[in-house]
Amino acid sequence: MAQIMKMVAQRFALGFLTLFVVSLIIFLGIELLPGDIAEEILGQGATPETVAAFRRELGLDVPAHIRYVEWLWNMLQGDMGRSLANKREISELIGLRFGNTLFLAVTAAAISVPLALTLGVLAALYRYSFYDRAVNVVTLSSISFPEFFVAYILIFFLAVTYPVFPSIANISDATPFWDKVYKVLLPALTLTLVVVAHMMRMTRAAIINLLASPYIEMANLKGLSRARIIVKHALPNALAPIINVVVINLAYLIVGVVVVEVVFVYPGLGQLMVDSVSKRDLPVVQASAMIFAGTYVLLNLLADILSILTNPRLLHPR
Amino acid sequence: MTSNKKLTAPLSGDVSRRGFLGGTAALGITAASTSALMGRKAYAAKKGGHLRAGIGHGSTTDSLDPATWENGFSLSMDYTLFNHLGEVDHTGGVKPELAESWEASPDAKTWSFKLRKGVEFHNGKSLEAEDVIASIQYHMGEDTKSPAKSLLKQVTSIKADGKHEVVIELESGNADFPYVISDYHIAIKPSKDGKIDPTEGIGTGGYVLENYEPGVRFMANKNKNYFKSDRGHFDQVEMITIIDLAARQNALTTGEIDMMDRADLKTVHLLKRKPGINVMETVGYKHYTFPMRTDTAPFDNNELRLALKYALDRDELVKKILRGHGVVGNDHPISPTNQYHADGLAQRSYDPDKAKFHFKKAGMDGTVIQLSAADAAFPGAVDAAVLYKEHAAKAGINIEVVREPNDGYWSNVWMKKGWGACYWGGRPTEDWMFTTAYAAGADWNDTFWKHDRFNELLLAARAELDSDKRRTMYYEMQEIVSNEGGVVVPMFANYVFAASDKILPSEQMAGNWELDGAKFAERWSFA
Repeated sequence: MAQIMKMVAQRFALGFLTLFVVSLIIFLGIELLPGDIAEEILGQGATPETVAAFRRELGLDVPAHIRYVEWLWNMLQGDMGRSLANKREISELIGLRFGNTLFLAVTAAAISVPLALTLGVLAALYRYSFYDRAVNVVTLSSISFPEFFVAYILIFFLAVTYPVFPSIANISDATPFWDKVYKVLLPALTLTLVVVAHMMRMTRAAIINLLASPYIEMANLKGLSRARIIVKHALPNALAPIINVVVINLAYLIVGVVVVEVVFVYPGLGQLMVDSVSKRDLPVVQASAMIFAGTYVLLNLLADILSILTNPRLLHPR
Repeated sequence: MTSNKKLTAPLSGDVSRRGFLGGTAALGITAASTSALMGRKAYAAKKGGHLRAGIGHGSTTDSLDPATWENGFSLSMDYTLFNHLGEVDHTGGVKPELAESWEASPDAKTWSFKLRKGVEFHNGKSLEAEDVIASIQYHMGEDTKSPAKSLLKQVTSIKADGKHEVVIELESGNADFPYVISDYHIAIKPSKDGKIDPTEGIGTGGYVLENYEPGVRFMANKNKNYFKSDRGHFDQVEMITIIDLAARQNALTTGEIDMMDRADLKTVHLLKRKPGINVMETVGYKHYTFPMRTDTAPFDNNELRLALKYALDRDELVKKILRGHGVVGNDHPISPTNQYHADGLAQRSYDPDKAKFHFKKAGMDGTVIQLSAADAAFPGAVDAAVLYKEHAAKAGINIEVVREPNDGYWSNVWMKKGWGACYWGGRPTEDWMFTTAYAAGADWNDTFWKHDRFNELLLAARAELDSDKRRTMYYEMQEIVSNEGGVVVPMFANYVFAASDKILPSEQMAGNWELDGAKFAERWSFA
């Protein structure tokens, strides 16, 4: 256990370093983009005078490195600052959006993870059967189509032709829980179709990989049923790679869903970040990037810890 | 035209732009298309209901600050929560709104606005002169970032005369000042110690702000104290930002929203076939342009500019880019809807021979001309530029289309590169449009054009109260811009939007902005 704690501490330190580097890269990236927030917000209505007045108001006339250090200092104290565009507290702005993003991710995960694992185990169990091939073809096709296409197809069938679900996921704080679930079901299904293939195939491959091991052969010789061999003997040893893939997909469900958000008009964090980048609203971009990067760091850490717990041999790499 | 007389008489009160021009061509289109769709039931607005509008604009970075309003979402929000001194109606005329009436001195330099009495802000404060003054002054002075700043440069003083009268002095006469002061940026907000709080949503409008999540949703409830008793019929108005075109149309056809702006021109004929959906169209001032920098070579040569003006097949652009939802332009920014549109001016048409002639005369043979375009300029701008290239090729003019990124288009390409694509929402008056983008030294003179005679006429026409004289002057100005200006104006684009048939739009819609002048929240109702 002490070893695990040590690893966690190391990872946390590295994670902070990663976040710092990410923030620096994002800051430099936005600074390199042409134009700044004053020009972008005023758009066609910008004149040199109004842009200068706007910059003074926002404190953008201060050199970039000073602004960065100030931002970093405030961030270390837990103050994310305010949006340059509309002066709203970023913590409040992002809190709402991140809550929505998590809600969609959790709903999608609740459908896709059990589904993928079940399909994967079954595929390993009946490998090379018609079922195995069919499920492979279907999931691989759905991952091959771009997300927006999958989304439009689902909307066409499930919202337009047979109006089972609403075509846009228009939710707010006031929406009751089950109503919310109902409204995000269509985007969650879209995401499910996109992520299932990866997890399903990894489950299948990891299990099949083990089926040639001597202890599985032993189990076979004992006369155990195939289902029992796979679920009780193979699966526990195959968990490490499966957990890794599942967690990577969870991270994707949180940080990579901006296209789905746009198609379903879902107020998530991705849309917020895209808007903020296009208007050069630096503090909001920084804060969103920190959250996304932090999500990746934490989930990766979680994946490693879980893998080690299921397979302590991983603590002693040869 | 009957309108001339109407304008000469009262400069006070109701300056009716085109009076009752209902039957003339320009407005006829609007009136005809809506009435055809409405099936002509007796017009009776129903009170109540929750309106859900899908708007194809809106970004997380928007705010309630009037100085930052720039898109269709903020505009509709503005007209839902706030009022202005005047409002533009379906005839294109400006009518008193928060003002009860206005009067100008004979030289049109001093304007006094009598305010409506008994108007209350949403927080219970009564409207007084100080609120109006603070709201206007927010857009003036050194430290403002407001785009209305250049409009208000002409104002030399604003004073209150009692609690219900505001007197504004101008640098020089401006017969169109009521239009200017009713610009959408200049929303009237309550004053606290001589200043408005720009970030608050408190106005006098027909709806009271309930919640606003920029880039997502806006909700407002009926203002029971609204001073217009015949307006603001809904109980609740909800506007949802739906940028994705397919999502917006799906939401309308599946009943998730009741109305939407900016229909997809490519599929609008399919949308029309859908039962229960009304597609509406208004002719406004919006036009698409290709401005050239007349202060830099090679565009400082008028022969080249003429060559390029003749080298474009406008009809094809209207047909292919606007899918027929618009009219051809004549290389000046005055819309057929404007009062002094030069109807007599010959329409410039595609003429490769003339183009070739002028191109040769300019001594440009063999030069490649670069045209910058991005869809940020207007939807289909890149396609339009490519069509332009093909048309010009027939006249031996070689255009190279430079595809620019959408991101940062207005700050890095527009008014920077020699020749590019652009759009103008247009302005309800000739003077406003010309002053904004064609007067020498104007902030948005995107052709960097200087023409002495034009600028002289501009000043003369602005202070002229006689309508016939103004007409002659504006005609001449349109001719000058068309023949010597630095802009190619291929087309005026209609506003095309749609609503479910449960919605009853105004009998006659305003064309100054999309969705009935962006005032659907107070002008429409459930059927």
